[in-house]
Amino acid sequence: MNARKFKAGDYKSDINPIWCPGCGDFHVLMSITKALAELGRRPEDIAVVSGIGCSSRIPAYTNCYGFHGVHGRSLALAAGLKVSRPDLTVMVMSGDGDGFSIGGNHFLHACRRNVDMTYVVMDNRVYGMTKGQPSPTTESDWDSALSPGGTGLRAFHPLVIALASGANFVAREFSGNIKATTKTLVEAVNHPGFSFVEILSPCVTFRPDEKEWKNTVHTAQVEATDDPARAARRIMTDDGMNTGILYRGRRKPYKAHVSDEVGDIAPLEAAFEI
Amino acid sequence: MMAPLNAPLESVSFAIVGTGGAGAITAGSILQEAAGKVGWYGVLVRSVGPQIRGGEAAALVRLSTTPAECMTKDFDILVAIDWKNADRFIGDMPVASGGLVIADPNAGPVPGAITDAGTSVENCELNARAKDIPGGRENMIAVGLVAGLIGLSIESLMQVVTAKLAKKGEAVVEAGRKCIEAGMAQAAGYGQSYPLKPVPESSDKRWLITGNEAVGLGALRGGVRFAAAYPITPATEVLEYLAPALASIGGALVQAEDELSSINMIIGASYGGRASITATSGPGLALMMESLGLAAAAEVPIVVVDVMRCGPSTGIATKSEQSDLNIAVYGFHGDAPHVVVAPLSVADCLFTTQWAVHMAEALQTPVVVLSDQSLGQARVLIERPANVAFIGQRKIWQGQADQSYDRYALTADGVSPMAIPGTTGGQYTADGLTHTVRGTPSSKKSDQKEQMDKRRDKIDQFAFGDHWGAVEGTGNTVILTWGSMTGPAREAVRMLAREGRGVKLVSLRQISPFPVAALGKALAGASRVLVVEQTHSGQFYRHIRAHMDLPPDTRQFNREGPYLIGPDEIATQIRDWSSL
Ligand SMILES: Cc1ncc(C[n+]2csc(CCOP(=O)(O)OP(=O)(O)O)c2C)c(N)n1
Ligand code: SF4
Ligand SMILES: [Mg+2]
Repeated sequence: MNARKFKAGDYKSDINPIWCPGCGDFHVLMSITKALAELGRRPEDIAVVSGIGCSSRIPAYTNCYGFHGVHGRSLALAAGLKVSRPDLTVMVMSGDGDGFSIGGNHFLHACRRNVDMTYVVMDNRVYGMTKGQPSPTTESDWDSALSPGGTGLRAFHPLVIALASGANFVAREFSGNIKATTKTLVEAVNHPGFSFVEILSPCVTFRPDEKEWKNTVHTAQVEATDDPARAARRIMTDDGMNTGILYRGRRKPYKAHVSDEVGDIAPLEAAFEI
Repeated sequence: MMAPLNAPLESVSFAIVGTGGAGAITAGSILQEAAGKVGWYGVLVRSVGPQIRGGEAAALVRLSTTPAECMTKDFDILVAIDWKNADRFIGDMPVASGGLVIADPNAGPVPGAITDAGTSVENCELNARAKDIPGGRENMIAVGLVAGLIGLSIESLMQVVTAKLAKKGEAVVEAGRKCIEAGMAQAAGYGQSYPLKPVPESSDKRWLITGNEAVGLGALRGGVRFAAAYPITPATEVLEYLAPALASIGGALVQAEDELSSINMIIGASYGGRASITATSGPGLALMMESLGLAAAAEVPIVVVDVMRCGPSTGIATKSEQSDLNIAVYGFHGDAPHVVVAPLSVADCLFTTQWAVHMAEALQTPVVVLSDQSLGQARVLIERPANVAFIGQRKIWQGQADQSYDRYALTADGVSPMAIPGTTGGQYTADGLTHTVRGTPSSKKSDQKEQMDKRRDKIDQFAFGDHWGAVEGTGNTVILTWGSMTGPAREAVRMLAREGRGVKLVSLRQISPFPVAALGKALAGASRVLVVEQTHSGQFYRHIRAHMDLPPDTRQFNREGPYLIGPDEIATQIRDWSSL
């Protein structure tokens, strides 16, 4: 396959996103299509799987095979797809509510299972689709109708949890940095095993304060490490705005897969004979 | 069961009980397999206590000269290796009057609950006899006792024992033989025996299979390539069967972190073009509900097997009930047409699952198979189940370069060609959101209606054929039942026939969509209908009534678990009714 054959536009569908003007997810969509063009696989060999949320609307905006499933279960659906169709490139797109709250358990186990796919969470630290409730990554004092005065709960640390659970590639990007995000996504897809990319993607409607992110994010000044403890220490002590590839592991991806060849079931039948 | 002593029987039932480690279940299995070698049929049910290990265990076995699907009401022979915790399970295995209890006098007194029935008791020092034989085991003495009483040959037993124990060495096999012979010699000295009638030799080999294994093999015959699993009693054996079996044919099973995951894994795999299945029990099915709705809306073929147990909640995990009918049929949110079927016997678990795969693939819809503990964990001797032509086949979109692809196109039969990822030009997004024919999210009235009509029509128009159920016998009195209750009902019909009462059996395999026309035909002319089901609230009866009227003279016979409704009880209902 010739990598130069494709342009970002080849991976975009003709459906207009429902997103609010200025939503960070537009930029994520651009980075995804650019990354896919750079990867050079045919759109029909790529599957984009998601759950429910503004962010999870992405599959239909691509020209790849897509699955817009139920809230929180995209990683499970994607794992089934990848194990049964190892020939496909599988991207999973999620939000902070979808991925870390209702889908939290699947996140832990997807990291452990290490199926060769790429997990992108568009983190806007809010439930956008349901109009502004706190998510697991929301600051504890963020005021909202559902949790007046804030939840009082500590924000969840997805990158560290991914590391502790066995993810094989961990990165953080900012939606507005399209070039850097594109590059990281390409690397994430190419890295064997489960790759996790958190993209800070502002919700301009319910978190207008996040428009400031473009001024507060900064590129990590260090090289990615293959030592999870070291990566975790760095991530836990940074200001949460550090972007770049933070960890590249060497774990072997999940092995079991379905092959195109169908074996003979006669021996299985014979096993019941006495 | 007052059979004259020593006259050859058509059917014999025995139980072997002991604490978990005593090997009661191994003994029962050896006897059952050896019975299969001489051409008998039979069923083995394990009764295990709530303890994970070291609790009570019993093998309940019925052997017969014709295919047997369920237990009889009481037992002809009960061999107790010991009586520890006997009070907890002895109600499961009443001994018939005229029956025989064999117990080790050194293991304490025979519980009153058993001797009260007017049975004979014989002593056998199982423990001491086993100790006399180097490497001897009590459960093998028990094998010999039963074999002697029912007339099972040492040759058939040694075929089984040798195959099972060969890798432990010749000495172990020899010790087994000596124990069996000692048991047989002892049995010869008892005042009674229960010889099972020999059957003519046949070249066909019997199969020995459980309902859960039969589900697994049915899935494979139907073309399943992928399974996802979260363990739950009494469904786990389906998954444990499928894990190595799928691997051996180039498929795969993934152990999921929960049922929310397992259902979504199979949806993903099926979307990828592979026929997929999962198995669970009631609590797991409840967790899967949201995603079953997704599979219905996004039109993804999947099969979910629910091996039902006593509910609600954790209930009694090791005992059977048919009480997930409601959730399987009506539990989906929104209007989500799908198919629900139920195997009619242990052997039928194979056919029904294979049929389910076929329908899921043909209709691009979720199919729920309602098996239950009484089928799943029973092990039967059967003839090899016939091959049927049901191989899951999807209507696949082959790709036409000049045409744009409408995944959810409206077609005559309601089934739209499905593009499999990798197919050029077929890219679409499968969606649980209401969508247009292309799959684009939509909140338009016309799209909601068109797509809902289409999903309804494809199922309504499907040719379910005569697999909807079974009709046997004739008469104006009908026993109407479904799924696993077919076995006991069939046996009740036979008992009644022997008494000169002609009763018709009508049993449903197809639960939803409800086979109104076929059932109406089967019930034509019926004046009395007894609706039999293992539920507390009469779920099946209400389900029928939601679709059709029954004759005014209709009665319900339903009961919750853990005790299975037996043939005798069903027959009694009919007898009492007829004598009015
Ligand atoms: C089972 C279920 N519960 C609740 C919802 C409602 N719901 C839809 S999206 C959403 C939160 C989405 O938040 P996030 O994943 O952060 O996505 P965002 O909209 O912020 O991109 C919720 C709670 C649902 N669709 N399904
Ligand atoms: S609500 Fe927020 S996250 Fe959703 S589309 Fe609008 S800006 Fe984006
Ligand atoms: Mg969010």
